[in-house]
Parts: sequence; C-alpha cells; structure tokens
Amino acid sequence: MLGIVRRKVCAKGLPVTVPGETLRFFRPVVHALRNYSSAAKELTVREALNSALDEEMSADPKVFLMGEEVGEYQGAYKISKGLLDKYGPDRVLDTPITEAGFTGIGVGAAYYGLKPVVEFMTFNFSMQAIDHIINSAAKSNYMSAGQINVPIVFRGPNGAAAGVGAQHSQCYAAWYASCPGLKVLSPYSSEDARGLLKAAIRDPDPVVFLENELLYGESFPVSAEALDSSFCLPIGKAKIEREGKDVTITAFSKMVGHALKAADILAKDGISAEVINLRSIRPLDRATINASVRKTNRLVTVEEGFPQHGVGAEICTSVVEESFGYLDAPVERIAGADVPMPYAANLERMAVPQVEDIVRAAKRACYRSVPLAAAA
Amino acid sequence: MAMAALLRRQPFWKPAVRLLSEKTVKAPGFGLLAPCFREHAMGRRPSPAFLWPRRFESTVSQEHLQFPDDDDNHRDLDFPGGKVAFTDKLSFLSGSAEARIPCYRVLDDSGHPLDHSGFSLQVKEELAVKIYERMVTLQMMDVIFYEAQRQGRLSFYLTTMGEEAINIASAAALKDEDVVLPQYREPGILLWRGFTLQEFANQLFGNEADYGKGRQMPIHYGSNKHNYFTVSSPIATQLPQAVGVAYALKMEKKDACAVTYMGDGGTSEGDFHASLNFAAVTESPVIFICRNNGWAISTHINEQFRSDGVAVKGRAYGIRSIRVDGNDALAVYDAVHHAREISVKEQVPILIEALTYRIGHHSTSDDSTKYRPVDEINYWKNSRNPVSRLRRWVERNGWWCNEAETRLRTNIRKQLLEVIGEAEKLKKPPMAELFADVYDTPSSNLVEQQRQLAETVRIHSGCYPPDVPV
Repeated sequence: MLGIVRRKVCAKGLPVTVPGETLRFFRPVVHALRNYSSAAKELTVREALNSALDEEMSADPKVFLMGEEVGEYQGAYKISKGLLDKYGPDRVLDTPITEAGFTGIGVGAAYYGLKPVVEFMTFNFSMQAIDHIINSAAKSNYMSAGQINVPIVFRGPNGAAAGVGAQHSQCYAAWYASCPGLKVLSPYSSEDARGLLKAAIRDPDPVVFLENELLYGESFPVSAEALDSSFCLPIGKAKIEREGKDVTITAFSKMVGHALKAADILAKDGISAEVINLRSIRPLDRATINASVRKTNRLVTVEEGFPQHGVGAEICTSVVEESFGYLDAPVERIAGADVPMPYAANLERMAVPQVEDIVRAAKRACYRSVPLAAAA
Repeated sequence: MAMAALLRRQPFWKPAVRLLSEKTVKAPGFGLLAPCFREHAMGRRPSPAFLWPRRFESTVSQEHLQFPDDDDNHRDLDFPGGKVAFTDKLSFLSGSAEARIPCYRVLDDSGHPLDHSGFSLQVKEELAVKIYERMVTLQMMDVIFYEAQRQGRLSFYLTTMGEEAINIASAAALKDEDVVLPQYREPGILLWRGFTLQEFANQLFGNEADYGKGRQMPIHYGSNKHNYFTVSSPIATQLPQAVGVAYALKMEKKDACAVTYMGDGGTSEGDFHASLNFAAVTESPVIFICRNNGWAISTHINEQFRSDGVAVKGRAYGIRSIRVDGNDALAVYDAVHHAREISVKEQVPILIEALTYRIGHHSTSDDSTKYRPVDEINYWKNSRNPVSRLRRWVERNGWWCNEAETRLRTNIRKQLLEVIGEAEKLKKPPMAELFADVYDTPSSNLVEQQRQLAETVRIHSGCYPPDVPV
C-alpha cells in the first residue's frame, strides 16, 4: 500500500519510481484510485515504448521493426507485444541470429527510403554490428554528400541489468556518442521513452536509442499531452527534473532515478540539488548544463558506464571550457567501476553507482565533511 | 504373450551402427542359417531371444527377429525442417563434388560463337557496338587515370582491367531502375548508365563539382540519379545492405531488383553469409554477382577458400546459382538478363559467379609483380582479354573495323585528357562543406564551429590556401 500512498502524495508531477513488482500487483487498485485523483495517467516504460512504436508504425507505412524475437515471441522484453498481430510479418520481422546481417539489411532498407527500427537484444550484441552502425549508417550522409540519408533507429536495452555479468552489462552511451553522424538518446521516464522514440523514428538521421532493462517495468505518470499520438520531444534538449541551487547533478537513464533519490537525501542535509536528465547524449545539451552550473557553481556527473572517456568526462570538459570561472569546486564524476561487470550480487552492487555514492560526491562538491565509504 | 513382448522390445545393447548392409541379410544362404546364427552373420550380438529354446521363435514374425530394433517402419524421419530419408550407412558427404560446377560461355577465346550454344538473346548491332565501345572506354579510362596518379595528379586510383566484360555486359542486362550496390571495381555500371568522363574526373579530383563534395577518396563514386549507391570501402558491407534494398523494393512492389557486386575475397566476410541467408529467408529480389578474379590483393583464391569457388555456396543457402565465363561479354549478358527475370518475377535471390582475372594491380598502392609472375599477368592481358575477344566477334559480324577502333580510341583519349585538365582547374569545395551533411540539418555545435572557422580564415587569410573558398 505504501506505493500508492507515495504516488498520491506526489501527484503534482514529480516522477516517482516505484518498484516494478509492487506496481504490477497494485495496478488494479491504482486504476480505481485514479478515477478520484487529478493526477495524470500512469504508464510503464514498456507500455510507453510499445505505444510509441505502434503509433509510428500506424502513421507511416515505411516504418518497420526488425530484430531477434520481436515478432512471435512478442519481443525479448515484450516491448513489441501485439505488433506482429497488428501489422503482419512484413513489418515485424523475426531475424536469424546475425546482428551484422540484420543491421546491414536495415541500413540498406534505410538507404532505399524505408524507416527501419532495428532492435538489439542488448546493446552488447550491437558490437557484432558496429561496423554497419558507424561506417554504413553514421557516415553515409556525409560521405555521399547528402545523396544517401539513413533514417534508421537502433534501439534496445543498454547498461547493467541485474546479475547478467560482464558481456551483458556494458553501457555504450560514450562509444556511440563520440561518433559524428549519429544521434544518441537515452530516456528515463515513460514520457521520455514515448517522446524520444517518436522523435527518433521521425528523424532523418541514424539514431541510437539506449533503453534500460530495469526501467521497463517502472511506472511513471504521463500527461495527457504525452499520450497524444503527435507527441514528440526535441532531440538535443535536456530536462531539469528537479530544480535546485547548490549543486548540479547530471544523469541519464536509470541513474536519473538514483540522482533524484540522492537529491531527496541531500535536501534533508540542507543541500538543494538540481537534477538534470540529459535525455540526449549526442547532441549534448551543453547550454542547459552550463546554465545550471553557472547557477549552482558545483557539478556532479553520474553515469553507469566505465569512467575513462565517458559521458561525464565530456560534460566536465564542456563546463571547464565554457564556465570555468563559475566553478567553486572541482567537478565530481561518478561512474561504474573500471572493471568488467562482476556477477556476484555483492560485487555487482559495488561496480555500479549507488545513491550513497552520489550523495557523497555532492557533499564533497559542497565541501562538507564526508565519512569514508563503508567497506563492502 | 510375455515372451513375445520380450522379443519385440528393443535390446538395450543394440549397436548404433549396422556393420553389414541389408544385402547380407538377403544373401543366398542366409535364410538357411538358423535364426540364432543370423544375428552373428549380421554382425550383432544375438538377442536374448536366440538363447531361448527355438520353440518360441515360431510365434514371432521373421521381420521382428531380423530387425528387432525397427520400431517404426517409416522410410522418412520427421524433424523440424521437414521430412528426411534416413540411411543406415555412415558416410560423410565429400567436401567437393566429383566435378567442378561448369562455366557457361557463349563465345570461345577467339570470339567464335560455340557450336551448340544455348544463347538465345538477340544482341543486335547497336547493342553489341555500344557494349564494345563502353568496354573500350572503360579500358582507356583506367589507363589514363592510372597514369595521372603515377604522375602525382591524383592521390589514388584503382583499375578494372580484365573485368570490363563483367562491368559493361552486366549493366547492359539490367534496367535503370535496378538499384546497384557496388564494391569498388564496378565503375563500368555507372559508365553504362550515363555517368560522364567529366563526372568521373571530378570525383577523382575531389573538386567543387564532385557529387561527393570532396568527402571521399578517389574511385568512391556514387550517383542517386543513376541508382548507384556510393562506394564504401569496408569489404562486403554492401551485401546485407543490398538485401535491405531488395526487401524495400519487395515491400513497395516495384518491378526492379537490387544488384550487388563483390570480389572473391569478399565472400569470406561474415556479411556475405548473413546476406545470402537472409535474402533466401526473406525471399528478396537481389542478384549477388561475384567477380572471382583470382586475387584479393596478394591472397590467391587457394588461400581464400577451399570450396569449389563461389557458385557452390549458393546451394548451401538455398539460392539458385550459376558460374559464368566473366571474360565473355555475351555470356555475362545472358546470365544477368535471365537472373534478373527470375529474381523479379519469382522474388528470389540469385548468385552469379563470374570467373575472370585481375589484370591490373589491386590499386595504385600495390605492385602485384611482387607476388605473381609477370608472365601470368601478360598471358591474361594478351591472350584472354575480354575486350579483344568481343572485338573479334563484333568485327566478324561486320559491325566493326580497324578504322572505327582507331577513331574511338583517339576520341576517348582526347576526351579523357580534356576532362582531367578541366577537373584539375576547378576549385575545391568550400570550407562550409566540411560541416554539412553530418546530419540532415546541422547541429548547433557544428553551426558554431563553422562560424568560428570562417571568422578565423577571414582574420588570418594569409595562412590559408587562396584557392579554397570559405
């Protein structure tokens, strides 16, 4: 019942993360409650993605979905549930196991003018197709001088899940975002998922769309505007999830939830944190980030991926280049541990940023004394 | 009866392999053997049944005694993937067939039509002469542009020498609406479709008239209006892309197919296998044309694969294939013409292996005399040249002569020297083109960088080349 209470209290629209299991169990009760509250409708990220795909496929016959298990199995994570029945096997293709093959085919179809949505079961497997993503999709418009554009979307879960080990847990945001010609998006909430996926499908350039497996089951309130089929979020604009004045915390995907929890904890200690949900890794919304840092004078970047050459490193450089004079403290960077992801639950917990890590970093940035991190 | 049940049950120690063929069972005299000895004769340990007193055998049919393990009498086995006849012989399929796949040709080496040729298409004078003229043009283009690179006027060039027939004759057999995804040794397709010598030269020099806006190395031609996708350097990436294009054509029910080319080396790439498999599974109208020219830079085909060339691989994916003499323009024309018909009508992929020889070096960065004998190169250049072979046929038909040859070659040479001169003179693309086409509309950081660069060049104009406009 606690989940429902929390939701009512936060009806003014702050996104609230509710454990997926709890929500599923309580959903029927929530429906009943919803009739009485003025809060917006709730949608899981999974439903948001499914509805976005459905609407875009309905609106444009050139859009089609391709990937392993997307059809008969309804999607490895059930994101494409119901689409095969609705649109048929011509537009929802179950592919043989060859990422290089179906990515190449998707790019070829995009060259010709169709709008493929290529699903990777996880982005770890996209490495088997990375030549097609970079050398065929990202660079073609430039190399052909505008004669071949590639309106393709590569989507799938990215980053750590739970207990899946090194080859299933890497975050690819930094890799793809370093490549000109690609656009890289990473949604957090259901509204993000809907708006950004629609924008990605409509965009004439290749877009890498990084989802998160653990967020699929999480539920968020969505406004009526977001439920409209023409809803679209701009690519390249970050969202200020929570305003603050003492320290800026940037994050994307699952880490936004952690950052918001950290902000709650910091608020109790009198530190008002501004949480920025990047939404778009490339192009990075440097304007919003810098404006925020100029206001708060302190920055903590949070990401799940490996630290070296990561997203946080780029944000730090951007702030140093444009807003150095405004910084009152060194930039703090929170990232995943610099090791392949271990499997054992206790080790995995230590390899991925936790809320406490963000809280400590923010306090360091605010020159508060911080107790040493607890041993494992 | 309990005994009958015992006899009919599968002996658990039944050998997995029948050591003797069924013939042994039917050999004369076998029937005379007492049943307890027949098992021995068949190389099997006798079942317990035979250790029992013989009076029980008469209650069980002979079949069960001789084949106690034959539970079902079906000749076929039913597995996912369909019915398959079973065999009781352990034998491995040979890695290669008894004979290599034969190679289709129409003309012999001296340009004579073969006696019992199956060639049925009408290639009249106009078409034949056009094909021949374009082959000569391609040949001369290669010579002159290669020389220009050697003189330092171009940074790089790659010839098609020896493969003129594949280039021109295959293009002639296609329609303009067929979408072509080349590797890089197929400029002849563009030439056939109307790309001018000036347009070729502009790309080579990367000047402002280049459709590629100076973005790519020489020979990376591309032209939307000719349905020829821009050449991309990584090997074989165009193959799955071609399947994607074919799939799109199929979805839009167009009367056209995708055609993609690769070399023998390209068939080793993972993309080759993925694309053939996918094309078959999706039933897409795509023609895969492999130019098996014997060499992948310095790797001879003996080191590239151990199969019977490339044509045999089509069957592995369920694709109809053909091997054709790539130096015989008419054979190539015939094969591609029919392949296109089948592909579009039945919406299936086709694999064509065109055997040929790469007369030139891999590119201007290569000296092939380092890894193959000069005699071999000269043999193919002089005795097995596709251009001369077609010439003999065209002349024999009375459609060509020495004067026409001289006229053509002089004309082409003059044109080539002119276009090189023109292309060299033209300015390079403006600096603004550095930032365009990264995305559909430039992102804000690119707009900013372009503005900054223009400003810097303006202020420090003495430090920047004067012939590169901003």
